[in-house]
Amino acid sequence: MSNHKYHSGKHHSGKRHSVLPGFNLALGFTLLYLSLIVLIPLSAAFIHTAQLTWPEFWNTVTAPRVVASYRLTFGASLAAATVNAWFGLLVAWVLVRYPFPGKRLVDALIDLPFALPTSVAGITLTAIYAGNGWLGQYLEPLGIRVAFTPAGVFVALTFIGLPFVVRTVQPVLEDIEKELEEAAAMLGATRWQTFRYIIFPAVLPALTTGFALAFARAIGEYGSVIFIAGNIPMVSEITPLLIITKLEQYDYAGATAIAVVMLVISFILLLIINLLQWQVRRRSTKA
Amino acid sequence: MTAIPLSQTSPAPHKVVTQESPQVRRILILLALSFLSLFLLLPLVAVFFEALRKGWEVYFVAITEPDALAAIRLTLIAAAIAIPLNLLFGIAAAWTIAKFEFRGKSILTSLIDLPFSVSPVVAGLIYVLIFGLQGWAGPWLREHDLSVIFAVPGIVLATIFVTVPFIARELIPLMQAQGSEEEEAAIILGASGWQTLWYVTLPNIKWGLLYGTILCNARAMGEFGAVSVVSGHIRGLTNTLSLHVEILYNEYNFVAAFAVASLLALLALVTLALKTLVEAKVAQQASRGNHS
Repeated sequence: MSNHKYHSGKHHSGKRHSVLPGFNLALGFTLLYLSLIVLIPLSAAFIHTAQLTWPEFWNTVTAPRVVASYRLTFGASLAAATVNAWFGLLVAWVLVRYPFPGKRLVDALIDLPFALPTSVAGITLTAIYAGNGWLGQYLEPLGIRVAFTPAGVFVALTFIGLPFVVRTVQPVLEDIEKELEEAAAMLGATRWQTFRYIIFPAVLPALTTGFALAFARAIGEYGSVIFIAGNIPMVSEITPLLIITKLEQYDYAGATAIAVVMLVISFILLLIINLLQWQVRRRSTKA
Repeated sequence: MTAIPLSQTSPAPHKVVTQESPQVRRILILLALSFLSLFLLLPLVAVFFEALRKGWEVYFVAITEPDALAAIRLTLIAAAIAIPLNLLFGIAAAWTIAKFEFRGKSILTSLIDLPFSVSPVVAGLIYVLIFGLQGWAGPWLREHDLSVIFAVPGIVLATIFVTVPFIARELIPLMQAQGSEEEEAAIILGASGWQTLWYVTLPNIKWGLLYGTILCNARAMGEFGAVSVVSGHIRGLTNTLSLHVEILYNEYNFVAAFAVASLLALLALVTLALKTLVEAKVAQQASRGNHS
């Protein structure tokens, strides 16, 4: 979210002495708090789902309606993260390289999806894209229906994921040394070649990280999607909503089984993101 | 071939080789701004426009009716409990990670970020599994006539869960960048650990603390998914602002829904403004710590 954290690898202050007190207290409190609030509750999902036999679990998480929801959730998240990757790169580029009036304001506004509660985003996007909405009334006659279809899910997830790529790519673009580009130009490269072979490879790890972050966020997203999705089973029903539906029917085992699938996927994504960020940091330390 | 400095080869009409032509720039700026207008500006304008569609009078009635006021109160209570706890956690976690070397440090750092990668719905669900009627603590809670789920404690817990990482992840890189020399000097000069924390560390990280708190507050007041699972949507009792928006919307009371939503949008704008102001301070401080 902020620029400085991506640089943190750069200024490692070297050795740390153990003259400072409070290690045991601080570590103890940190672990206790994390355990009580995060780890024990999360383990509840795994323990609860262990009550199911393996075939029961498998049948629950591969029921046609559930599989349809995975397809929508992953498909729309992938599409939204892809759009965000390209436009995020463009926005970051424009913000870093070009002066234009109102730039500071635009820069501040990028984080709106982080700051705006998801239910507000949800009802607002619906008001814009519904058949009688701000844009919907012009799109509908063209045969394009956005609200209450999978396309609506895509729109909401694009909104939610917008800041991630911009905020990961921006600091890397700022750090690229002009000398490299000058050298490329001297050697006869066109501007496009310089971008393609010098700049793009340099921002690629950050771009991938931003993409992964947007994708991970989109998969779990609930609030902004449910209003615009229409929530038709098999068509426009996302996986998190299915968990809620099962909970409302008191099907705790079913809800938990699907939640465990989502948790495992989140953990894998978190691992990939950590590896990517480690790679970005290593690059920036080298540079 | 002799190396000629760039400045000599490109005189008066000064073509900068590391810049695109003006047309390309204009097209790129236009494309970026159109994308942002469509996805950011339009929704922002739409919230306020829809909220004021029937005029100010209807607007004020919508945000001052008892259920709305109760929702405001509950939102403030949840944030007022979640933020101080996460502040304490953030300082403890940053002190551990930034000031000491120990095994498993990188695992601990990733664990702190864990709540960000868990779907809000799953975050709510896990508390239902523990405190719900069929949950681990369910029978005991019922015996003692206590309720967590479909009550205020559940909402507070869910809010804490989704906001755990915010302050810690701001403080950790900041304190790592600043190093520990000042604290070490204080300890050697005879200050106690708490004195060092209070008089040396906290003043050094105050902008980072504020920054993390602003982000934490925005999420705490706006959280929807996790809170929605544990709330039970009881009007006037377990409705936060963000849930109240949903209820009004589902009752087709669109103007009221957008009126309440506009309060949250206003909060988002204030958050962005404060964030931009504080960001400069944090960067300033991080670079100062870096040079010292």
